[in-house]
Amino acid sequence: MKKKRLLSLGLLLVLVLSTILAACSSDKKDDATGNKDSGDSKKEKILVFGRGGDSVSLDPITVTDGESFKVTQNVFETLINFGEQDTKLQPNLATKWEASEDGLTYTFELQEGVKFHDGTDFNAEAVVKNFERWMSGDAEKFPYFASMFGGFKGDKEAVIKEVKADGDYKVVITLNRAQAPFLKNLAMSPFGIASPTAFEKEGDKFGDNPVGTGPFKFVSWKRNDSVTIEKNKDYWKEGLPKLDKVIFRSIPDNSARLNALNTGEIDLADGIIPSDAASIQSNSKLQIFERPSMNVGYLGLTVTRPPFDNVKVRQAVNHAIDKQAIIDAFFEGKAEIAKNPMPSVIEGYNDDVKGYDYNPEKAKALLKEAGYDGKQIELWAMPVPRPYMPDGQKVAEAIQKNLADVGMKSKIVSYEWATYLDKAAKGEADAFLLGWTGDNGDADNFLYTLLDESNIGSNNYTFFKNKETHKLLLEAQTETDEAKRNELYKKAQVILAEEAPWVPLAHSTPLLAGKADIVDFKPHPTGSDILSKIDFK
Amino acid sequence: MLHYIGRRLLQLIPVLLGMTFIVFLIIRAIPGDPAQVILGQQATKEAVAALRASLGLDNPWYIQYFHYLGDLLTGDLGESMRTKVPVASELWPYLGATLELSLCAIILAVIIGVNAGIISAWFQNSWFDYAAMIIALIGVSMPIFWLGLMEQWIFGIQLDMLPTSGRDDARNPVNPITYLYIIDTIIQGRFDQLVVVIQHLILPAIALATIPMAIIARMTRSSMLEVMRSDYVRTARAKGQKMFWVVYKHALKNAIIPVLTVIGLQMGMLLGGAILTETIFSWPGIGRYIYDAIGFRDYPVIQSGILVVAFMFIMINLLVDILYSIIDPRIKYN
Repeated sequence: MKKKRLLSLGLLLVLVLSTILAACSSDKKDDATGNKDSGDSKKEKILVFGRGGDSVSLDPITVTDGESFKVTQNVFETLINFGEQDTKLQPNLATKWEASEDGLTYTFELQEGVKFHDGTDFNAEAVVKNFERWMSGDAEKFPYFASMFGGFKGDKEAVIKEVKADGDYKVVITLNRAQAPFLKNLAMSPFGIASPTAFEKEGDKFGDNPVGTGPFKFVSWKRNDSVTIEKNKDYWKEGLPKLDKVIFRSIPDNSARLNALNTGEIDLADGIIPSDAASIQSNSKLQIFERPSMNVGYLGLTVTRPPFDNVKVRQAVNHAIDKQAIIDAFFEGKAEIAKNPMPSVIEGYNDDVKGYDYNPEKAKALLKEAGYDGKQIELWAMPVPRPYMPDGQKVAEAIQKNLADVGMKSKIVSYEWATYLDKAAKGEADAFLLGWTGDNGDADNFLYTLLDESNIGSNNYTFFKNKETHKLLLEAQTETDEAKRNELYKKAQVILAEEAPWVPLAHSTPLLAGKADIVDFKPHPTGSDILSKIDFK
Repeated sequence: MLHYIGRRLLQLIPVLLGMTFIVFLIIRAIPGDPAQVILGQQATKEAVAALRASLGLDNPWYIQYFHYLGDLLTGDLGESMRTKVPVASELWPYLGATLELSLCAIILAVIIGVNAGIISAWFQNSWFDYAAMIIALIGVSMPIFWLGLMEQWIFGIQLDMLPTSGRDDARNPVNPITYLYIIDTIIQGRFDQLVVVIQHLILPAIALATIPMAIIARMTRSSMLEVMRSDYVRTARAKGQKMFWVVYKHALKNAIIPVLTVIGLQMGMLLGGAILTETIFSWPGIGRYIYDAIGFRDYPVIQSGILVVAFMFIMINLLVDILYSIIDPRIKYN
């Protein structure tokens, strides 16, 4: 009996030890096979893209998160495309488009000879079926359609009236009311054209088996682990894509993602924190990629709560904060000082707005003028890192010091992220850190979304309300003359600067890192990259 | 015995019911609106209200609770609000990943921890005893986050021996059947992949095993010390039994009972509490799954996820209780 037990114990030990040893010692062997693999990869080019989170669904119209679009942007194509590294409009599935003078009718000419991954034809009928599907949905099913096009069939606010085919390769879209950013909205990833045959057959399951016309076909998805897409050999754009396979791997921890890049488990990593940039740059095996900035990080001042109900106090805070010091310390210089609520790449940006210089003396004077009673404020620090705010806690500490210098005491508080947004949307914060990344590169997507009174309770967290800006921003939404429209936005920015509901802090440059032999990777400001041109040296 | 198991299983019902109730209340008490999170920051108020209605969130909480219970009784764990996939079908791959990792970790912890504890007690106050207990103390107080990143840095980057993330090689992925990759690769005869899977397991399993290992070692040592002083051990030695047998046969049998309790509790903890390890090593396990769901206020996933973990926790402890009577026949369940 005892011998048996001893024997089994011994055996178990031997087994465990040998497993560990085998695993360790087989490393060399595995290195060899690993090399073989990379030998194979000369035949087959595989890119492993490490990112912070998993996709929610691969049916782009049903989701709002960037991690879903990162994949769908390569499986689906939109009628109109954004530029390679900007948001200027480029032909894609639509080769040409024309708007009627009143801005109510748009005619699109479609690319011929394009096929969906399931072999069915892309044509006007397919486009119409996609719009029919979207328009007969609801906000629960297709949230982005609701927010970008006002609503669905029969809704009062709906922008799109009807979509009709005119022959095989022409589509006419009629609107209920003119919408200036209409074409830019169409270029957004959620509005990728899907195979009608596939979504009619799959129904709600389409997101697990997406079929589009894009450069890559969907292969498999292991949730919270990896999504694999492979080359679409019949892709209509000549010579593309260059890669045979792309694997999106979720690695939530920033340091772990960088470690995986260093060990070669992944080839490209998203969400590099600015403080890691120096060590990557000094590593000859790696390179840094900069994503053009299309965001803003800001300190919101809730205008309904004292002392920020007084415009002078808000202006004083604007003078009190040393933005350059914050950018140098926490963005490692990878950001531009913000003076307007939107970045300079967006059309309609007003460069004539002076902004507030760092001037503690002036801040003190303004506070005195305002009769500020020295009441301590709550300063909310974001609990999660975002490209526009890599470290909310530290930025808050710097601001706390700046405010103390001019005689304003503050207490830093933080909540778990969903709670933070919920409470801030209810106007419970005095001053809070937040930011925004643009969806479509349009001024409306910043100024109206973040600072118009109709968005109080959702994205206008400061509860800022102003008759003039409201009028200007509404007018700009339907103004189809580009020059006039930009003028309206410029005027609005002047008022916003004066009224100072925010302290705009920075427009950051999000960073990625990849292996040194990656070529032709051009990160897109929206965060959804088309990977068809990327290649290995 | 069967009677006892039956009774214990019956006791499960009120425990799980009470738990669903508490979890249900807590996640609804925290601020944050799933409809708002699902629709994103762009959403209009009307859209959020419409979604709340269609998700049934506009009902009073007790109605929501009874709906949930009703679904549970028919075996329906609900559907994720975010991904719209049934929780039951979403859950298994995550559970498989966590099971594989925590089983490896607990085996590692038990083998090393129990033996270290025994030897420490056997050679009490020797250098081995001191060293083992100091290491155990460090192990208990080591932040997993730091340990995991250090492992990655040393074994992944500096020594280039082991992979640092995920369960398999992304370029040569395992084809999942049971989602226990060791078993899957063996079934499919892919022994090349089996090696890769084991390599991926080593670092996270060590990180996860560290704390339980230390606790088990300390527990075993103190329990053994007590037993070693008892009369029957002295008798065993007096009759000329070799020390090894005295320790591993006579003493261990009595000393192992409290250790077993600790092992059961630790195993339960590993199942639900491996979030840090799962995050650092990008392990697609159930801890991260539930944690992410909390961030998104995905109520069905949080409720059912915790329910499943709690169920397994209770089952493991039931198993431990049954093991008591097998190891020590004096323990009888009537």
